[in-house]
Amino acid sequence: MTSLIHDASAALTERPSGHTSQLSEQGKAVRMRALTLLGLGTLFLTTSCKDSHIDNLEERSRLSDEVSLWPLPQQFQTSPVAFKLSASRFKIVHAPGSTAGPSCSLLQNAFRRYFKYIFGYVNEQGQPRSRVFDSELRELQVLITSTDPECDAYPSLKTDESCKFAVVFLTAFVVVFVVLGLETFSQLVYEDDYGVNNINKTSILDYPRFSHRGILLDTSRHYLPLKVILANLEVMAMNKFNVFHWHIVDDSSFPFLSRTFPNLSQQGAYHPYTHVYTPVDVKSVIEFARMRGIRVIAEFDTPGHTQSWGKGQTDLLTPCYSGSSPSGTFGPVNPILNSTYDFMTSFFKEISSVFADAYIHLGGDEVDFSCWKSNPDIQKFMEQQGFGQDYSKLESYYIQRLLDIVSSTKKGYMVWQEVFDNEVKLKGDTQIHVWKMNPQYQDEMARVTAAGFHTLLSSPWYLNRISYGQDWQDIYRVDPQSFNGTPEQKKLVIGGEACLWGEYVDATNLTPRLWPRASAVAERLWSDENVKDIGSAYSRLEKHRCHMVRRGIPAEPLFVGHCGHEYSGL
Amino acid sequence: MTSLIHDASAALTERPSGHTSQLSEQGKAVRMRALTLLGLGTLFLTTSCKDSHIDNLEERSRLSDEVSLWPLPQQFQTSPVAFKLSASRFKIVHAPGSTAGPSCSLLQNAFRRYFKYIFGYVNEQGQPRSRVFDSELRELQVLITSTDPECDAYPSLKTDESCKFAVVFLTAFVVVFVVLGLETFSQLVYEDDYGVNNINKTSILDYPRFSHRGILLDTSRHYLPLKVILANLEVMAMNKFNVFHWHIVDDSSFPFLSRTFPNLSQQGAYHPYTHVYTPVDVKSVIEFARMRGIRVIAEFDTPGHTQSWGKGQTDLLTPCYSGSSPSGTFGPVNPILNSTYDFMTSFFKEISSVFADAYIHLGGDEVDFSCWKSNPDIQKFMEQQGFGQDYSKLESYYIQRLLDIVSSTKKGYMVWQEVFDNEVKLKGDTVVEVWKMNMVEEELQNVTGAGFTTILSAPWYLDYISYGQDWKNYYKVEPLSFNGTPEQKKLVIGGEACLWGEYVDATNLTPRLWPRASAVAERLWSDENVKDIGSAYSRLEKHRCHMVRRGIPAEPLFVGHCGHEYSGL
Repeated sequence: MTSLIHDASAALTERPSGHTSQLSEQGKAVRMRALTLLGLGTLFLTTSCKDSHIDNLEERSRLSDEVSLWPLPQQFQTSPVAFKLSASRFKIVHAPGSTAGPSCSLLQNAFRRYFKYIFGYVNEQGQPRSRVFDSELRELQVLITSTDPECDAYPSLKTDESCKFAVVFLTAFVVVFVVLGLETFSQLVYEDDYGVNNINKTSILDYPRFSHRGILLDTSRHYLPLKVILANLEVMAMNKFNVFHWHIVDDSSFPFLSRTFPNLSQQGAYHPYTHVYTPVDVKSVIEFARMRGIRVIAEFDTPGHTQSWGKGQTDLLTPCYSGSSPSGTFGPVNPILNSTYDFMTSFFKEISSVFADAYIHLGGDEVDFSCWKSNPDIQKFMEQQGFGQDYSKLESYYIQRLLDIVSSTKKGYMVWQEVFDNEVKLKGDTQIHVWKMNPQYQDEMARVTAAGFHTLLSSPWYLNRISYGQDWQDIYRVDPQSFNGTPEQKKLVIGGEACLWGEYVDATNLTPRLWPRASAVAERLWSDENVKDIGSAYSRLEKHRCHMVRRGIPAEPLFVGHCGHEYSGL
Repeated sequence: MTSLIHDASAALTERPSGHTSQLSEQGKAVRMRALTLLGLGTLFLTTSCKDSHIDNLEERSRLSDEVSLWPLPQQFQTSPVAFKLSASRFKIVHAPGSTAGPSCSLLQNAFRRYFKYIFGYVNEQGQPRSRVFDSELRELQVLITSTDPECDAYPSLKTDESCKFAVVFLTAFVVVFVVLGLETFSQLVYEDDYGVNNINKTSILDYPRFSHRGILLDTSRHYLPLKVILANLEVMAMNKFNVFHWHIVDDSSFPFLSRTFPNLSQQGAYHPYTHVYTPVDVKSVIEFARMRGIRVIAEFDTPGHTQSWGKGQTDLLTPCYSGSSPSGTFGPVNPILNSTYDFMTSFFKEISSVFADAYIHLGGDEVDFSCWKSNPDIQKFMEQQGFGQDYSKLESYYIQRLLDIVSSTKKGYMVWQEVFDNEVKLKGDTVVEVWKMNMVEEELQNVTGAGFTTILSAPWYLDYISYGQDWKNYYKVEPLSFNGTPEQKKLVIGGEACLWGEYVDATNLTPRLWPRASAVAERLWSDENVKDIGSAYSRLEKHRCHMVRRGIPAEPLFVGHCGHEYSGL
């Protein structure tokens, strides 16, 4: 027993520095939410227990016959020694000395969720039988060590990278931080031939390689019913994603119900009642995400991609001209009117209070200058400002004023790469979102980080682009840090996002199109950069997708094969 | 009122010949299941009724603001005059003089299904209110005129093309054949601004351009739970498909539970209990399909694509050799053993009784000769038979004997194109399925030139996905665009949309198939001149919302929305 405790302690002292420690230097980080090992005695005894600890690749692949870990933890040791779990006796409990207790609803919620995932579909909870096996796992103890357990806090960018959790199985248990750790724990449980839940003696030390691991969903091109969003947040948690980038409005529709400007969705949504997100809906998305350690970053993209805004807000968009008279169509946000900035001030004041996250995504991509060029008032303004014929200066003018407005709400901002490309003056903590495939994203990452900005990558992860075959492999092979740059530059890469733009997806096909393809991105952003063997990934991902299917998620197959429990929906 | 009856009669006398009549020449066809018009009086009165009949394209596109017909009928006339339908009063009834009545379960089943589609999601059936609108549609009368209404018959290849149905709305009603006609009827119903169901004065004469309109699903590479198959049969009916090509077994797994050789699925299925189709399952698929006018053609592909057969049937597959000793792996069915043919005789005897359809699909595609080449016994046999090194002769030898076996079960057979390409001697009624993408037109030319009937699948492999609106490519295909005589063209009896199973299972099959297969549906049903992409887009967009509203996760064509979005996950 002692040797096991020793082992786990060793694992913890070996905690790698590098990216992680560098990140904690950086931040006024929330301190160590969770960590370490609790050497607890005798919850159960094992006579057959062997002390051999193996941590080599052969053993890893052997492990995958029974269980599959996805994304792969940073460090783990496993052995063939197995323990049984009984649904009537197994408990997830707060360890003595933990700073969190039963009043922590986030934990209670997670306990319940994972108890159900582990036992829910096996059998109903019955009366405890008198016979107890020697090698039974009776308790998973959860120890929270931070003085402030942050049960009611909103997850921040800094929370995650300082979160490490260790799971040690045998006589002693520690799990911290719960949302991520319980997922790993549940993945370690497998059914033996008799349908009994088993877990092998395993010790894990884990932490993410990147702190920003996001999924972008687009609710403008197609409206996504609330249950679809919530279901996908649930799957995100199963894949250790921690950011939901909500591309909530765009040209096609404006489903966000603004209290300040209700006309925006009244006129701009596909339908003012059935195709909108009410304040209560938005709140429930944020809370559902928070329970799973997921941040919700809303994107309100301007000055382009705003056709739907114009329907409910007159004079917001630029009137386009055909010759000397208005053509009746509208272009990007009108950057020359004071009323535009008054509107944005009120609007983003509301947004900054509705969305708790420290960041707002301001878009700024794909601004079409042709309408601005056609408009005589804009032309006059260009002249007054001395912009010549350089309309990107006008765009920068607009963005600059918008950034000032948003900064005054105390939020940080994310922007698409064009804002950086057009040399808009940016605050130091701005995050540049790289999305273009051309010029090469590696070059863009190099430029952005050379200028000292944080960046995240999406270019190779546009999952809306489908093709025949196993495209997850291309998705998996990407490395966000594979560009020419100094170690300091590499550290500015905070992660990436898998984007599922909405042209061709809605409630009918979104979930199987996203999963398990996004799972490939999940492992790239979580696991060590050397975890890149496609064969090992295939066999783990195949099992992971069956896990998701068994949990009721229609995650599509990788290739020919089957799951023990096939999807039972339509 | 008279003029309306007249109109409809005119439509019926105008019934086009061409493909249809040629087909009835061909067959000892089941005769005219259904047809024509019943000039019935006064189920309701309309004072606002206008007699203007319009049948031009402008009017067609106007129609699509309210309703969308998919696939587009052969002939229809519509007018702005609308009638209301009340869930508490509307009835689908058997017309006086109809040869079918309430005891016809196929009809009763269809009545119930479409009543639910029309009214089910609007509101519960309440007490009839006393107030009745002048212009209300109270009854849809269904008249079956054939002496034998075929309530309990299994749909045959010949049934469909001789089926015509006319739907005339106003004082007189006729609907025949129900499964297809009720679908059209239900597509004509729309909700007005007050949520009231309306239907416009419309007359339709319809019949399919091609008689074989199929969907292939593959239950070997991934097992498909029964409910997925049934749900897709339901959607097939919404799209007037009439053949379910069940590619039931293949290399990957053998989910068909054979009573004669239970070991095949016991050993060859992914799981012997959870991943098999029992005899009861198969029966329920066939019956569910029959209720919707859909034939079920099972494919048992040999001699290649049979790895899973070998697990439960020893000596069936050819042992491959590595040098002079067996390598432990197996190739195609072993064509040189008598035991092989004994097995096939018993097996296909069972299959021919389990599957009611007049045709069995025997596969015959993609036979890899390398294992045969490696095996010394096969080499000796080749020598004895004088085949030289031409292994396609050995394949033909096998297929020939198999065809003889299957012929003795009184079934016709379908085969993949290789069987024809390899010059196997085929019965005259063999259907050759063209699936290879290169030289499609030449192949159609050759097959029909040799006098065989054929169906086309090559451009409709829906498992191949790409970014964007690929339905347009499926829609643009013209199956008769090859060089050939009119007689050759007549031998093209239809086509199939194939959704092979490498990358699909219960999680993603339905949205991947629909509405992409709907593009194939219209190509196989509607007139060859119905090919405007813009009109197709706007109708198909509505049609997919119809499917979504009926609970089917049919994926979107492009940016937009449905009034009622999909409510599943």
